[in-house]
Amino acid sequence: MAVDSGRYALTLSRRTRRRKLVNLLMQSLATIAALAAVAVLALVIGSVAQRGASALSWDFFTKTAATFGQGGGGVANALVGSFVIVGLGTAMAVPVGILIALYVSEFAPPGVGDLARLVLDVLNGLPSIIIGIFVYGLLVIGSGQAAWKGSFALAIIMLPLVARATQEVLALVPGTLREGALALGASRWRTVLGVVLPTSVGGILTGTVLAVARAAGETAPLLFTTSIAANAVTWDPRQPVLSIPYDIFVLSESADPADHARAWALGFVLISFVLVTSLTSRLLLVRYRKRLEG
Amino acid sequence: MSARVSAVPSTHPLPERRRIGDRFGDLFLHGLTGAAAAAAAVLLGAIAWKIFQLAWPAITKFGFAFVTRQGWDTIHSKFGALDLIWGTALTSFVALLIATPVSIAIGLYLSELAPRGARTVIASLVELLAAIPSVVLGLWGILVLGPFVGTDLEPWLHRHLGFIPLFGGSPENAGMLVAILVLTIMIVPITSSICRELFLGVPTELEQGAIALGATRWEMVRGVILPYTRTGVSAAVLLGFGRAIGEAIAVTQVIGAGHGIHWSLFVTGDTLASKLAEQYQGAVSNIQIASLVYLAAILLVISLLVNLTALSIVRRFSHERTGES
Repeated sequence: MAVDSGRYALTLSRRTRRRKLVNLLMQSLATIAALAAVAVLALVIGSVAQRGASALSWDFFTKTAATFGQGGGGVANALVGSFVIVGLGTAMAVPVGILIALYVSEFAPPGVGDLARLVLDVLNGLPSIIIGIFVYGLLVIGSGQAAWKGSFALAIIMLPLVARATQEVLALVPGTLREGALALGASRWRTVLGVVLPTSVGGILTGTVLAVARAAGETAPLLFTTSIAANAVTWDPRQPVLSIPYDIFVLSESADPADHARAWALGFVLISFVLVTSLTSRLLLVRYRKRLEG
Repeated sequence: MSARVSAVPSTHPLPERRRIGDRFGDLFLHGLTGAAAAAAAVLLGAIAWKIFQLAWPAITKFGFAFVTRQGWDTIHSKFGALDLIWGTALTSFVALLIATPVSIAIGLYLSELAPRGARTVIASLVELLAAIPSVVLGLWGILVLGPFVGTDLEPWLHRHLGFIPLFGGSPENAGMLVAILVLTIMIVPITSSICRELFLGVPTELEQGAIALGATRWEMVRGVILPYTRTGVSAAVLLGFGRAIGEAIAVTQVIGAGHGIHWSLFVTGDTLASKLAEQYQGAVSNIQIASLVYLAAILLVISLLVNLTALSIVRRFSHERTGES
């Protein structure tokens, strides 16, 4: 870098010094920007943890909200509700997502595969509130809210995530494995189900977990589909249920500091879940990719 | 592995039944996966169709003038989207204005400067920022960032830059500026991770060539990396824009549900998406619901345009690159 040291002179020319200064300035700006991003992450997680952890208690996890004016109470119904909504949504999205990925990577003619990929990308780019309104118009108008309708909305959000993640893993499966199976006389469908899919199961799983982490924090699709809920724990997906993100949304808009404390505690639960799952699945994905590639 | 298949002795012809089974299996799996892919396309079409169907009463009643009319009068059922389009445009553009240079800088740091060992760690930390649910970011925005903006940042900006209309007006804890900052935090991880990958994709020969000619690192960045990745970076910025205009929850939490069109960043406002999130339960008349979905239709059209443009740029870019190598 510093080869050009001002025409054999031992002192740097003014121009070179300015160039070096500009270089230094830009490098420090880039470093500052990266540090700032990490600092914001630490700041957000820190304030959620600091305010949220203190409000956690046994009651918080096992009881439903206290009636107005009384202290205590918990969010058991929101926890169960989120579990039901996200679990059901995952069950809807994952099989279809895997099938789409299989089509794109194993069966589709190139042009059609590109088109399918485009559809997935566009679906992924849609604002989640629009998906909420779509499901509202399709399923809620006339028959009311229900947990499974929220699941359906979340499934639409998860679908492109699962499909793209799966498809990327399928692309990593060595062609020699497929050729080996075909050369042994296996048919295409047996090759796909017996060789390609089992090889990529780890990657598909981590991709799914990432999609779950994303879906668990989505609020907008649930506003229209499962928000008006009774204050009781219910596992029935035909009933509207409360969910963690929606509860945070409502509590954060409230003027009561006690509500804010509960919102922080819920935020802490949600952010812990999301960060732990996405971190571990990311790590597993990296390791898995290395194994397939190397 | 399919042990049964490999165990078939090669001297014997396969039984006829199996071959038919295989042919049927191939066809079935092909059909099934194809149907799933087709379902995704149908779903996309259905979303657009349903949104426009729900909005149709408002579209026929207000026509295109809806877009240029101000005010959201629920009592007289007179609705217009101009305030909200203004709010959406102002918040997203200013957020992009901040996020773009920051994202490029982070991308450059991660691809060129960061020490090798820290590189992946910092990159995944930045990506974790994108994993924070928007509702949690909104909670933080309303209770931590908002008060800071209202009592420290805005008075400071007003004192020093008050002559610019953007920084006029009296400071508030909720408003455009808080929304802009929250949106910036949401966009930066997305754009910066795309930028990083683009920068890493620049051929090393070009970079080394510039360095060998005596360029400083920054001159190499300005002369080689940025021109080489310009189209890709613009696509990344567009994708960030698509994310910013569609964000409903966090913006609703911090923007303060104001109305009117103001140049000041300090005042409360509303965006297309936040209006939808606010009024989801309060809608009383059918025409109000239809008008709300009209907002969603506008949002849908804009976000489709933005995303398709960005995706086509990305596609063209990757084709060019694979063509070159």
